[in-house]
Amino acid sequence: MKIKLKIKRFNPEKNSKPWWGEYEVDVEPTDRVLDALHQVKWFQDGTFNLRRSCAHGVCGSDAVRINGQNKLACKVLMRDIVKKDGDTVTVEPILGLKVIKDLIVDMEPFFAHYRSVMPFFVNDEPTPADGRERLQSIVDRERYDQGTKCILCAACTTSCPSFWSNEEYVGPAAVVQAHRFIFDSRDRAAAERLEVLNQQMGVWRCRTAFNCTNACPREIPITQLIGEVKQTLATGEIK
Amino acid sequence: MTQHHQFDAVIVGAGGAGLMAALHASKKANVAVVTKLYPTRSHTGAAQGGIAAALGNMEPDSWEWHAYDTIKGGDYLVDQDAAEFLAKDAIDAVLELEHLGLPFDRTPDGKIEQRRFGGHTANYGEKPVMRACKAADRTGHMILQTLYQNCIKQKVNFFNEYFVTDIIVQDNVCRGIVAINIADSEVHVFHAKAVMIASGGFGKMFKVSSNAHTLTGDPVAAIYRRGLPLEDMEFFQFHPTGIYKLGILLSEAARGEGAIFINDKGERFMERYMPTLKDLAPRDICSRYIYEEVRAGRGIGGKDYVYMDFRPDVINRYKSGPGGKEVTREHMEKALPDIIEFVRVYLGVDPMKDPVPIQPTAHYAMGGIPTDVDGRVLADNNKIVTGLYAAGECACVSVHGANRLGTNSLVDIVVFGRRGGKHMAEFCKSANLAPLSPTAANDTIGEFDRIRASKGTERAANIRNDMQNLMTSYVGVFRNGADMQKAVDGIRELKKRFKNIKIDDTGKIFNTDVLETFELGCLLDIAEITAAAALNRTETRGGHAREDYDKRDDVNWLNHSMAYRTDGKSDVAVTDCNIRFEKKPVVITKYQPKERKY
Repeated sequence: MKIKLKIKRFNPEKNSKPWWGEYEVDVEPTDRVLDALHQVKWFQDGTFNLRRSCAHGVCGSDAVRINGQNKLACKVLMRDIVKKDGDTVTVEPILGLKVIKDLIVDMEPFFAHYRSVMPFFVNDEPTPADGRERLQSIVDRERYDQGTKCILCAACTTSCPSFWSNEEYVGPAAVVQAHRFIFDSRDRAAAERLEVLNQQMGVWRCRTAFNCTNACPREIPITQLIGEVKQTLATGEIK
Repeated sequence: MTQHHQFDAVIVGAGGAGLMAALHASKKANVAVVTKLYPTRSHTGAAQGGIAAALGNMEPDSWEWHAYDTIKGGDYLVDQDAAEFLAKDAIDAVLELEHLGLPFDRTPDGKIEQRRFGGHTANYGEKPVMRACKAADRTGHMILQTLYQNCIKQKVNFFNEYFVTDIIVQDNVCRGIVAINIADSEVHVFHAKAVMIASGGFGKMFKVSSNAHTLTGDPVAAIYRRGLPLEDMEFFQFHPTGIYKLGILLSEAARGEGAIFINDKGERFMERYMPTLKDLAPRDICSRYIYEEVRAGRGIGGKDYVYMDFRPDVINRYKSGPGGKEVTREHMEKALPDIIEFVRVYLGVDPMKDPVPIQPTAHYAMGGIPTDVDGRVLADNNKIVTGLYAAGECACVSVHGANRLGTNSLVDIVVFGRRGGKHMAEFCKSANLAPLSPTAANDTIGEFDRIRASKGTERAANIRNDMQNLMTSYVGVFRNGADMQKAVDGIRELKKRFKNIKIDDTGKIFNTDVLETFELGCLLDIAEITAAAALNRTETRGGHAREDYDKRDDVNWLNHSMAYRTDGKSDVAVTDCNIRFEKKPVVITKYQPKERKY
């Protein structure tokens, strides 16, 4: 079917402000939004730009705003958002990060927040004398499983009203990453991470809007994980 | 203005191989990682089912069995000394990953949990063995995340979204690389004592492919364009279980958990072809028999696909679960959450209720940049290029021979990423920085100026589509001389059209119009070498199945192929010359080639 793709465009070398480009594209119901965006880039206007790589929802490159909601362009199928010829799909860059060009935003502030929570395993105790793995029970492994699914696409953080109003807020993705280590029974740096998250721009700026949970393409219950970090800060106990 | 940087070592690519090398090399040397993506976007993250290591956590296992399986799986084109390093080092490398924090699944006694995978057997082929260490079906994601996290911890230098165009080698000594900063199109020269190429695969030369859009083999093309050889390029793996038409991968872990292939008659056909391992036979064999079924008119509805069925009741009826044990829906959802979701999202099918339409999808390059077991790149059959390394899919050690076993790609990246990284750090301690020509970036600047100013009529996307169609149609699972000649001729035609390219974007900021065009040029070179190498090898072996030479020919072809450009030129542009092939002996230690049965 022939649909209309409305894309928010901006090229700092040519435009003083963003503008809406409108493109007619021929799509199959099973096409991804990414396929439609590629049709524009490859056959209509080569100056149009976006990031993408794996095209099946695991690399986290192509988080964009589709019809007002944060999604991965490679994980939304046409049949789920258009019904007939002439239907319109709007695509914009994710909000709260500076637009570099078209759908490409400056991800560095997002990754700076990510790095601020010590997103790496810390355990300086000697590894088992037999050279084998550290043991971990199935239950202990399960405890932090949700956070390990994160692909750092920023769909959550850039859907968060608290982040929109203050870009200093560490944001849901960074809390998810911290949660993954805080609740890992093998890790030894929970206290330091909790200290970061206990600051003014830490976890307390979360107003439980649930936008992050709705936006996550990996179906991580982000609001719940943030709640568990808050609970830990309130009680001083990692459960 | 060209900018200059100086490091002990530069690593090109930030997937598993590059990051593993970076972690080890940066302990002793000043290292920069240069990648055209943000590191966590690398395609290692798409690997699903597991990483093999003979830990023996589930049942008895040994690294010797793993080495043997790798050699037999590669149809005896594997260098056996390298396979021994692979299997032996795998144990230690996997344990290192655990120590770095990787969240492996656990057994009831808290050890790393393992599952079955195609071609991995106990006691030299007796029965499937649980060897693949796993984290659900996102093992590669966990490896990529864990390695990147540790690179942050270790404060490794990253140049993200820098596109590498050229590898500088002069008088057989590597001196650095040239890259373009995607953000502003500035050219950067990285002067270094050592360079490692860890740029991954180049599967985007095929239409139906599991590969990311960005897997275009740019540094692999650069190696060839600079007059160095590429090894065994005819061997490209077609993974049997791509989602029909889309090519998105459904992990072999599904069959490890009990999934089976079903044809239009409702028959579990692999039983007929490979009575011992059945659906867990290696990938080349499964892909071939899927198409045998299709050709015999037993594709689903007479079409060019079959079903992979992993409904729990079907697995239980066939007793195809691990050890013949019953599986439940809960177990399947827990073991394979991502691929179940892929099927639901992209096909609209619930694999717990219906069988899944699958077809072979272009997946993995067994061939690539020839190296020794420490990742050092070869200039010919014997000579090492000083200071140049390669590891991972872009390299050919060769541990995969004519067909890679499932999970061995992840083993390859951590084992040889680590070996190369360590060797590179030692090399940097004693080596001096070789002088670099002040004009080192000129070829890159010239080529990019040419592309940016090109006022032709051909859209890169059309040439790319034509190339992908040629490769999928003529250099696929089954091959023959006439078809492959069509592919070679067709790609040479496409190279002519490439000279008449149309560019819309003449700007400097994130100009992916120009970069994608350059990527296409790299793929055209690699596709031509792949097709020509396939035409050159007149036998059937592993992933290279020829209808006109349908037997393995150990008398004439128990050797690697080495492809060289023949015009004596050295540049960064698309080549326009014939390819010369030479043979390189296979290293055999313990295992004499035998007929390959499962």
